[in-house]
Amino acid sequence: MRRSSGTSSWRAVALLRIAIIATVALAWEMLAASGLLFRDVVPSLGVIGSAVVRLLGDEGFYRNLLITVGEIAAALAIGGLAGVGVGILLGANRFLSRAYESLIYYLGPTPKIIFFPVLIMWFGVGSGSKIAMGVLSCFFPIAISAAAGMRQIDPTLIRVGRSFRASIGQMIGKVYLPAMREPIVNGVRLGLGVAIIGTLLAETKLSNRGIGYLIIQAYATFDMPRMYALLIVLFTLAIGANAMLGGLARTSSLVPVSASTRMPVQ
Amino acid sequence: MSEVRQTSRRATLSARLGPRTVGLATAIGVIVLIEILIRIGIINRFIVPLPSQIVGALPRIIAEENVLHRFAQTMEELLWASLLLALTGIALGALLYRFRLLRAACETWVAALAAAPIVLMYPLFLVIFGRSATTIIMIGFAAGLAPVILKTLEGLTRTRQVLIDVGRSFRLTPAQEFRKILLPAALPSIFVGLRLGLIFAMINIVGVEFLINFGGLGQLINELAERYDLPATYGAICFVILASIVFFDITGRLERWLRPNE
Repeated sequence: MRRSSGTSSWRAVALLRIAIIATVALAWEMLAASGLLFRDVVPSLGVIGSAVVRLLGDEGFYRNLLITVGEIAAALAIGGLAGVGVGILLGANRFLSRAYESLIYYLGPTPKIIFFPVLIMWFGVGSGSKIAMGVLSCFFPIAISAAAGMRQIDPTLIRVGRSFRASIGQMIGKVYLPAMREPIVNGVRLGLGVAIIGTLLAETKLSNRGIGYLIIQAYATFDMPRMYALLIVLFTLAIGANAMLGGLARTSSLVPVSASTRMPVQ
Repeated sequence: MSEVRQTSRRATLSARLGPRTVGLATAIGVIVLIEILIRIGIINRFIVPLPSQIVGALPRIIAEENVLHRFAQTMEELLWASLLLALTGIALGALLYRFRLLRAACETWVAALAAAPIVLMYPLFLVIFGRSATTIIMIGFAAGLAPVILKTLEGLTRTRQVLIDVGRSFRLTPAQEFRKILLPAALPSIFVGLRLGLIFAMINIVGVEFLINFGGLGQLINELAERYDLPATYGAICFVILASIVFFDITGRLERWLRPNE
């Protein structure tokens, strides 16, 4: 009985979703046909769809995607290692935490992109400044999550490690990191989100390659279907990567961190 | 007894002040070290200006670059964005609360929206709204919307059933029930969402100002950097960081004041 009501409510939700999507699509098509906005600002869905197909068949797109992904990966590796390291230090030592953690806490939610002119001077106009932008963005959420994660480790685990006379490296590798897996994965998830934003915004500001460059190029040449296609593919990739990391965090915990309650850091 | 309490209070105070002093001293130490490294030529002074020069540029930023006026401009954009956020976000949250089916269909979409890099749509907004304050306000609004909706929904859902039952026993109309019971009960949670939304909006507003070279503080940094006025660029960045820290702190205090029990 319960099962059938569950199925029917599931069906109602699916129907409602289809209805919403259909309404939005219809409204979009009507807006495209109405001529209220400039014709190219709201291209019809068919035009956008064929632009997505063209984009996915374009070899240059993958070359630029690879560059952006490489920059984000490098940023996440550097910022992640630094963030986890600093987080472990702050989480393990009360004095350090009281002295420096508020600095990280307050610098986290500040607009990072304004550092870009400075980063260009330090790391050049190439990939270096984009990676630096990503590092600066993702360091803070990862450090804050790692520090919080370090503090929630069961003290028994730490005592067991000490009683086996584990070295610092062994303590980190065998006790701290495994016990902090969930907060670190969640921190990396938040960090990935802001690293994507930081890197791509930097690419739109000053660059000659990468997805951000392609977007701003589509804007400059007023190729609206291509811009929509780029944004659709980019959003799909970003939300997909976020959901994947979310799934990874959930396998170690029953309580997912809500996306809405994350620290606003960018 | 009171003496013991006083000494222990003094001890906790000094235990708290000690590390803070160390933190502050480290920051000052790093600044002094950078000054020395630049002066002896280890750091290139055409890339990093002397900290003393940056401090010296601050009066110039205030007097010649109208930083206070620009600050007001950014705040005005933020104000419009926050008005839109409060009106739309709370209304949408209440709508999702009221219609359970709609919530089941849309809540994951809103959560996905929260994870989407919305600010990257700024070229699209530029095409639609032009290079204007409207573009900046709309980006700030779009970037902060998801947390307001989700937190409003959470607050309304967590309203204690007994309060709702009391309202029903007084035969309140749905509108009265919403205004007199649900909304006040959800207010602390709504404010948490509004604060998150406002911070996202602030970050994105300054960012887009910088990117499209229009408006308040963000544009100032872009202009100073393009003029290669290094001390003023660094000074303006410090000003923006300071302003956003103050903003973050004030909204945080407001939030704690609204929900003292948590």
